Amino acid sequence: MKNRGLLILTLALSFGAGLSQGRTSAAQSLAPDFSLTDLWGKKLDLASFRGKVVLLNFWATWCGPCRTEIPLFIDLQNKYRNRGLQIVGVSLDDDAKPVRDYYRQLKMNYPVAVGDAGLAERYGGILGLPVSLVIGCDGRIHARHTGIADVSLIEQEIAHLLQGEGCRQRSPGN
Amino acid sequence: MKQVCSRGFLSLTTLVISFSCLLLVGATTGFSAGEAGTPGPSLIQPDELVSILKSAGGPKPLLIQVGFNVLYVQAHIPGSEFIGPGLNPDAIRRLHERVEALPRTQPIVLYCGCCPWNECPNIKPAFRELDAMGFKNVKLLFIAHNFGEDWVKKDYPVAKGK
Repeated sequence: MKNRGLLILTLALSFGAGLSQGRTSAAQSLAPDFSLTDLWGKKLDLASFRGKVVLLNFWATWCGPCRTEIPLFIDLQNKYRNRGLQIVGVSLDDDAKPVRDYYRQLKMNYPVAVGDAGLAERYGGILGLPVSLVIGCDGRIHARHTGIADVSLIEQEIAHLLQGEGCRQRSPGN
Repeated sequence: MKQVCSRGFLSLTTLVISFSCLLLVGATTGFSAGEAGTPGPSLIQPDELVSILKSAGGPKPLLIQVGFNVLYVQAHIPGSEFIGPGLNPDAIRRLHERVEALPRTQPIVLYCGCCPWNECPNIKPAFRELDAMGFKNVKLLFIAHNFGEDWVKKDYPVAKGK
């Protein structure tokens, strides 16, 4: 009987394993600032995006769920760029080369840098991929999505935050 | 599940359950149970491994993490060794070199936890290497979601650092 229960549990876990682990509402703590160098040698400071909604995505090129999300994030960046969204990617690949190759291949349209364990720990630990954080114009973390994200939910969160005070919109053509 | 699978083929019920086990293991790891005419790898649940690690006596398995380095540095099972992502041929070479001199009966537990079980690209190549080398006592730690959710948040033993 016990074994049968274990079998059923394992089945349930297996079928659920490919799904998102879900969203947690963060305590709206300030997103830790960081300063990295992006894939192309440019400085990437989180603080420089204050006044915009930031979607901070931890990912890796070899991570299947991450690769599923990236094209959707590219679309989101296109759709909301002029309304003040900035997506930032932090790859946890061991090496920048495959990240650069993937960036070119996908024609990614937002900055990406390679992160490390120190940065991951400052964000509460990135102990599985992908992880996406929605950061408001005030620099506070509004939501944390672990596992493959429900991008429509993220879009709703972004659209809501963009209406908040303190968001600076970018005029078309800038 | 392992116990059910190892009871033998004494009745039709047992036969059906055993076959289901083989299919299940294949489905959850991306391995096909009958693909090489042999069953797929054995799984070990996190709580079962914790019990083994906490037990006073008995041999302990060699624990090998085949996930990414940033994950290992943040949190890993105490005593486990970092080999590198199993999808990386260099990591597979390091794995080969690490276990080459060991008896083929050596208990080994492979784990990753980078991503949801069905999406993990690392554990399958690592298992295949050990299987090809003739290791008969290899288990894969079943991490349903990721190492954070299924190990760290459950307050199982964790070590940090390189």
